[in-house]
Amino acid sequence: MQAPAQTSGSGLRLAIVLGLVALAAIVPILLPSWATLITLVAAKGVVVLGVIILLQAGQVSFGHAMYFAVGAYAVAFWGRHMGPGDLILYLLLGSAAATLFGAVIGLFVVRYREIFFGMLNLAFSMVLWSLLEKLYHYTNGADGIRVVRPTIAGIAFQPETFQYALLYVTLVIAVVASYVAQRYLDSPLGHMLRAIKSNETRLEYLGVSARRVLLIGYVLSAFLCGLGGALVAVAQQIATPEFGYWTKSGEFVFIAILGGSSSALGAFAGSAVFEIVRFYAAAKLANTWQLILGVVLIAIIMFAPNGLVGILNRNRRNAEARR
Amino acid sequence: MDSTIFILALLDGVSYAALVFLVSVGLSLIFSVLRIVNVAHGSLYAYGAYVAATLSLAVAPISPWLTFPALLVASVAVGVVVGGVMERFLLRPVYGREDVLQLLITFAVFMIMDNLQRLIWGVQPIFASTPLKLLPNVSVLGVSYTSYQVILLPAVALLTVLGLRYFLRHTLAGAVILAVTEDREAATAIGVDARRVFLVTFMIGASLAALGGALASPTTSLVPGMGADMIVLSFAVAATAGLGQIEGAAVTALMIGIARAFVIYLQPEFEVLVPYLIMVLVLLIRPMGLFGVDKVRKI
Amino acid sequence: MSAPLLQARGLEIRFGGVVAADGVDLDVIEGENLAIIGPNGAGKTTFLNISTGYLKPLAGTVTFLGQDITRLPPRAITRLGIARAFQIPQLFLEQTVMENMMIAAAARSGETSGWRRLLDRPEREEMLRLLDSVGVAAFAERRAHELPEGQRKLVDIALALALKPRLLLMDEPTSGVASSEKMGVMDILVAALAREKVSSVFVEHDMDMVERYAHRVAVWSSGRIQTVGPPAQVLGDPEVRQRVIGI
Repeated sequence: MQAPAQTSGSGLRLAIVLGLVALAAIVPILLPSWATLITLVAAKGVVVLGVIILLQAGQVSFGHAMYFAVGAYAVAFWGRHMGPGDLILYLLLGSAAATLFGAVIGLFVVRYREIFFGMLNLAFSMVLWSLLEKLYHYTNGADGIRVVRPTIAGIAFQPETFQYALLYVTLVIAVVASYVAQRYLDSPLGHMLRAIKSNETRLEYLGVSARRVLLIGYVLSAFLCGLGGALVAVAQQIATPEFGYWTKSGEFVFIAILGGSSSALGAFAGSAVFEIVRFYAAAKLANTWQLILGVVLIAIIMFAPNGLVGILNRNRRNAEARR
Repeated sequence: MDSTIFILALLDGVSYAALVFLVSVGLSLIFSVLRIVNVAHGSLYAYGAYVAATLSLAVAPISPWLTFPALLVASVAVGVVVGGVMERFLLRPVYGREDVLQLLITFAVFMIMDNLQRLIWGVQPIFASTPLKLLPNVSVLGVSYTSYQVILLPAVALLTVLGLRYFLRHTLAGAVILAVTEDREAATAIGVDARRVFLVTFMIGASLAALGGALASPTTSLVPGMGADMIVLSFAVAATAGLGQIEGAAVTALMIGIARAFVIYLQPEFEVLVPYLIMVLVLLIRPMGLFGVDKVRKI
Repeated sequence: MSAPLLQARGLEIRFGGVVAADGVDLDVIEGENLAIIGPNGAGKTTFLNISTGYLKPLAGTVTFLGQDITRLPPRAITRLGIARAFQIPQLFLEQTVMENMMIAAAARSGETSGWRRLLDRPEREEMLRLLDSVGVAAFAERRAHELPEGQRKLVDIALALALKPRLLLMDEPTSGVASSEKMGVMDILVAALAREKVSSVFVEHDMDMVERYAHRVAVWSSGRIQTVGPPAQVLGDPEVRQRVIGI
C-alpha cells in the first residue's frame, strides 16, 4: 500500500481489480464447487488486510486469530442462544465484538513493540483458545458450535442459492474493506502508523502519540479480522476453537507475506493461492497441502521478497522496459 | 486436598517441568544468539520423540537397556541433522532481511515438518514406554512414582542447566557464543566467525528440543499436534522467564509445571489455560520476563 | 530585558559514574541563536535530551514560557513549541520527503483523520516552500532513504521547522553537509529562523560557525557551564581556547 509515486499505474490497477472481482463473481456460476472456495478466499483476504495494517507499523501479531475467532463465535453464540439470525446482524455482531476485544486488549499491547508485541498477542490468543476449548458447557469444546444458515436482508435462501448470495455479499465486503483500508493508509493516521515502523522517535518529536496511533490501527485490524471471522463461520457453518489457535494466526501472517504485505491486492492474491492449494492438495494429493504451502512460502521469501504482487509488478516493469 | 494428592501433584509438576524446561531452554538459547523465534521448535521436540520411539521399538527386542542410548542418539541426530539443515540452508540466506521473514521461514518449516510427520508416522498414537518400565518405582513420602520421571528427568534437566552454565562461562566456544550474543559486530570485528556460532548454537538448541521429546516419548503417547502444543508452551515458559535466561527458564518451568499439575487435580478443565494466563500476567507487569534484564532503548 | 524563553536551573544527571551535568543553569533568550560548545562527551547533547523530555534529570528544572516541562514526555514538550533536529537525521525513511513533511504538518494541526488523504491537505504548498527554502525541494517526491546524508540532514531540520516552533534545538546542524556548502546552508537556516521568529540552540564543534552565527555562546565543560557571552568575548578567552578548542 505504498502510495504509488506514479499515478499512471492506478488506472491499470483499478482495471485489474475489477477484472478479478468479475472473474470471482462469474467463475462459480460455471463451477459451483468454487462458490464456497472463493467466498473463503475473499473472507480470509479481509482478515489478512487487518494483519497487513499492523505489518505497516512493523508489528507482527502472532495472535490475531483471536479476533477471527471472536468474530466467528459471536455469530455462533447468537445462533445458539437467540435462534437463527440475519447475515447483516451477524456481520455487525462479529465485527463489533472483535472491535471491542481489540480495544481492550489493544490498550495493553500497544505499549510494546516487536517481539514483546508479538508475544503478548500470542499469549492473549492462547488464553482465549484454552477457554474456547475447555469451557465445554458453553462452547462444545473442540467440536465447536454449528452456525445455522442465516437469512440475508430478511430473505431465506435455499442452500444452492445461498452460497451464491453469500459469495456476492462477501465480494462486496472485500472490495469495500480494501478501499477503506487503502484510504486509511493514505490518511494522516495511516501515514503516522507507517512512520512507527521507520522512526517512532521522530514521530514522538513531532508531537504525536505513537501509542494512540498504533491503538487505532490495532482496533481497525481487529475489526477486519472479526468481520472476516463472521463471514467464514457462516460460510463453513461452524465455529471451532481452532479458529483461534496460534497456527491460524501464523497462517494469516503467512498469507500476508505470500501475497505481498504492501498492497490490498496482495491480501487476496495470497489468500487465493493459499486456499486453492489447500483445496486441491487436500483432495487430490493425499493430504500434503501443508507441505506444499510450506515449500511455496520458503520459495517466495527466498526468491520474491515482495510476494506474489511483487512478481506481478516486476513483470510489468520488465514488459515496459522492453517496449 | 489430602497429602497424597498434594505430593502426587508436586511430582507430576516436577517431571513435567523437566521436559518443558529442556525444550524452552533450547528455544531461549537460539533466540538470544540468533534473535529468531524458532516456530519449528515444537516440531523438533515431536521428531525427537518419534525418532526415539522408532529406535526404541527397534532395539528393545535385542536388549531393553539399549533403549536408553537410543533416546540420546535420536535427540542428537534430530538436532544436528534437522537443526543443521534449517540453519544452514533456510535461515542463513535471510539473515539481515526483515525479522518477520525469518519468523515465517521457521513457520514454513513447522508446516512442512508437521505434514511429513503425519506421512511418516501416521495419525495413530504410538507408545514406546520400555525405558519407563525398566527403572524401578520409588516411594516419595509414601507415594509410589516412577524413578524415570522423578529422578532421571529432573537429573537430566539439572545437568543441562549446569552443563550450559559451564559451557558458556568456562569454555572458549561458550565465550565466543556469549560474545556474539552481546555484540555481534564487535565479535565479528575481532575475528569471530558468527556464521559458525549461529550454526552450532542452532544445533545445540535443536538438540535440546529433540532431547525433551526423546525423554518424553516413554511417558506419553505420541500423537499429531504434540509439536504444535509444545512450541507455545515452551514459548510461554521462555517468555515468562525472559528470553535468554537459562536458570530463569528452569525456575519458571517448575513454577508453571507445578501450577499446572495442581490445577489438573483441582479444576482439570483449566489445565491448558494455566501457562498462558501466567504468561499474560507476567508480561503485562514485566515485559522482559521474570528474570530478564530491562534494556534501555538506545536511539 | 524580557523573561527567558527557556530556563534551566540546577540540572544534574549522570550515566553510570560519569557526571554529564552537575548544577547546570542556562537561559535561552527570545530571538537569539545560542551556541553550546565544549569538549566531546561533555554532555551538550544531554542538555537537548533533557530539554525535550527524552531524559529526566536527577535534580533541577527546565521551564519553557514559564511552565515547568521537566517531567513532560517529548510529544507534550513538542506541542508546547520546542522542536528538535538531530545530529543523525531522524526521518521516516520508507516514505517520501513530502509525506514526511505532511506528517509534520498534520501533527502540527492535531489532525486525526483516518479517511482524508494526507497529501490532499492544504499545507502542501507551504511544505514545498519550506523544503525549497532549505534547498531540497527537488527531492520532495523521493523516498527519504534514497537521499544522500547531507540532504537528509536538511530535511530533518525542515521537519522541525514545519512544526512552527518557538524554539528549535539543533545538534550540529551542518555535520554531514559537504564543507563547501556549510556556510550556505547556515545562511539559509539562520535567515529562516529570523523570518519565522524562531529562537534556537545549537550544539556546535566548528568555531567558525559559532563565531559567525551565534548571538551568544555557552561553554559546557566538566558538567558545568563555564562561561556564557558574546562569541567574540568567549572565544577570545585564552582559558576557553585551551580547554575547549585545544589551542
